[in-house]
Amino acid sequence: MKLNGGQALIKSLEMEGVEVMFGLPGGAILPVYDPIIDSPIRHILVRHEQGAGHMAEGYAHATGRPGVAMVTSGPGATNIVTPLADAMMDSIPMVVITGQVPSAAIGTDAFQECDIIGVTRSVTKHNELITSAQDIPRVIHEAFHIATTGRPGPVLVDIPKDIVDPNNPNSAMDWYWPDSVDLPGYKPTVKGHPRMIREAAKLISEAQRPVIYAGGGILKARAAEALRELAELTGISVVTTLMARGAFPDSHPLCLGMPGMHGNYTAITSMQQSDLLIALGSRFDDRVTGKVGAFAPGAKIIHVDVDPAELGKVRRPDVPIVGDCKAVIEELIKEVRQLQATAAESGGIAQPDRAPWDAQLKQWQAQFPLHYDQGWNEGDALKPQFCIEMLRDNSPEDTIVVSGVGQHQMWSSQFWRFNHPYTWINSGGLGTMGFAVPAAVGAKVGMPGRTVWAIDGDGCFQMTAQELVTASAERIPVKVAILNNAYLGMVRQWQELFYEERYSEVYLSPDLPDYKMWAEAMGCVGMRVEHPDEVVPAIEKANSIDDRPVVIDFRVDWTEKVYPMVAAGTSNDNVILGPEMGEGGH
Amino acid sequence: MAGTAATGAGPRHHILTVLVENKAGVLARVSSLFARRGFNIYSLAVAPTDDERFSRITIVVDVESSPLEQVTKQLFKLINVVKISELDPADAVEREMMMVTVNAEPGTRGQVIELVDVFQGRIVDVGHSELTVELAGPPSKLDDFEDLMRAYGISALQRTGRVALPRLERQAQRLPNTGIRSLGKVG
Ligand SMILES: Cc1ncc(C[n+]2csc(CCOP(=O)(O)OP(=O)(O)O)c2C)c(N)n1
Ligand SMILES: [Mg+2]
Repeated sequence: MKLNGGQALIKSLEMEGVEVMFGLPGGAILPVYDPIIDSPIRHILVRHEQGAGHMAEGYAHATGRPGVAMVTSGPGATNIVTPLADAMMDSIPMVVITGQVPSAAIGTDAFQECDIIGVTRSVTKHNELITSAQDIPRVIHEAFHIATTGRPGPVLVDIPKDIVDPNNPNSAMDWYWPDSVDLPGYKPTVKGHPRMIREAAKLISEAQRPVIYAGGGILKARAAEALRELAELTGISVVTTLMARGAFPDSHPLCLGMPGMHGNYTAITSMQQSDLLIALGSRFDDRVTGKVGAFAPGAKIIHVDVDPAELGKVRRPDVPIVGDCKAVIEELIKEVRQLQATAAESGGIAQPDRAPWDAQLKQWQAQFPLHYDQGWNEGDALKPQFCIEMLRDNSPEDTIVVSGVGQHQMWSSQFWRFNHPYTWINSGGLGTMGFAVPAAVGAKVGMPGRTVWAIDGDGCFQMTAQELVTASAERIPVKVAILNNAYLGMVRQWQELFYEERYSEVYLSPDLPDYKMWAEAMGCVGMRVEHPDEVVPAIEKANSIDDRPVVIDFRVDWTEKVYPMVAAGTSNDNVILGPEMGEGGH
Repeated sequence: MAGTAATGAGPRHHILTVLVENKAGVLARVSSLFARRGFNIYSLAVAPTDDERFSRITIVVDVESSPLEQVTKQLFKLINVVKISELDPADAVEREMMMVTVNAEPGTRGQVIELVDVFQGRIVDVGHSELTVELAGPPSKLDDFEDLMRAYGISALQRTGRVALPRLERQAQRLPNTGIRSLGKVG
């Protein structure tokens, strides 16, 4: 069958099972947009290409399927660099297709030419310039394979206009679909090494103060159930990192919640004092470890990751296991069962008495809960944490929560109760302001039956709010709660604590823009909430609307800070629980 | 030692041989990974292999082995990198080639030719007052020769960067050790 390159590209996407793509056309990609009219693939026209990238990410987060975005050359391509970097940091499977100037014009500074392969080399798992129409099915198939296997990540495919333009003879190709990939340098390890897994089971059976340190890799490997089985089998408590919230239910008695810079005291301290950290799909990020040299000094480390480069990157593991989290955990469970059975037969005990450790954890939890005070007197400011708790308590249990970056993100991760995997979507590694609105749109597209709440900051909202126009136009009824503290709050917090309250360029204003009017101008329902007693009615109203997006402007206390906090670069032994403990945490 | 300064590769230098797919842009991918970690590449040689699908890149870097381990692991992650081997300089044969155009006035020409002979180089071009010499050998030998020629006046010099292969076994009692640590692709 003879096709032109543009048709071959769209057909290749169909062959990959793509049901939706996010994008915005332009000169160089025009010929690929034409066959979209005849394709069953749904195309969502964004208002800015960054939106397309984050929508693809949100879609991938929520569904586990690769997100797809398509943009034109030059500025279209550079506009999607931030989402690529974001997806790279958070290991999100995504395929981005960029138009490129015709082959003969490459390198001539042609109109809208940009060396996007060069620009995105370090922020993609792989990128490739297709040089011949005949290669299109093969390269697209490889792109999806690379994006979704091993450690997932973004792949960019750059397509010169001449090979997709039916008016150009270079675009002629004979259609085929490759039944395999030939990538001699790419063979991700799935199965863990049996000897290492035995070694790990042995360490687990000997540990007195073990903690499971679960990271985003659990979700990528779809290993939440396996994790739960391992935790219950061994009775070991679990911390879930910012990227792993929901990977283990917060309601589970073994759940310790989130560790790290704004983690809770018990999660942080359990790791510090543990004698065995079982790191599953986590990467010892600096926001988790604090000062690395002082992190969990007495702990042996079992580190499971599908990416061999993570093992020993930050902390040298005692037992390194390269492999897919799900496959490794399942093997580990078998080994642990075996050890337990052997111990039972010989009348011995399977593991040391961990009751004192478990009691210690419970005591910390009771002693150091997260806290805030919502006053109910006339003039008492509305607390952001209260808004989040009310959102949580008045929305469906399986609501998908998407956040921006800043204080509101930390409060959301702390105060929501994540009891299901894939209900928490945020930008962890790159910390991209503006992520929430488009990512929420992508999540809702992928999971139309679910309630999707973006909990956003006022600063973040202003970066990508235009995608609510997309949401209205495409009838994607997401809901947005702006925790409007009139500040770049997280930066303000650092200036307050570490720059002697010298507030440099962080004030935004509570009512410029007028968020309610702005929301309405974008086709959404807009609401404003200023008092605690208006919170629940507004949320109930928002949750009852399902035919258009809703935005609630919550005017919250601008003085509120995120606690607990471990100051950057300091040891996790110095958890600052609240303002009463001073700034330095000593 | 002048030689060390010339090649830049100190006693702790590492030799990586990287088998890559023979595709556009692969060299840029490899070298930018080193740049990103702030590692200086002292020499780099690329050539096709006997299999036309692949090229071999020989890279000499001078870093502690632990950061190097991170770089090699990151290199593995490049889709076009097929295999990486780290050669211990003590267990490797290293060779490099150099061409140098040196001042050789009638008064000094004899001395220059004598040194070329001693170093087993070859004169590949002759001008009125200059000679171009080709010399291949261990990098340190090239360093020494370069040093000696400097006294006469070098007007042009090019070195290829080194290539290396593991040293072969000779002593029967030695444990099998090819001197090449294959880091392979995991799995
Ligand atoms: C694109 C981008 N620019 C700058 C920053 C630095 N930064 C981190 S949090 C933050 C403040 C965010 O303000 P807002 O959205 O109002 O959230 P808040 O902290 O007030 O809840 C800034 C500027 C960032 N993370 N991303
Ligand atoms: Mg704010």
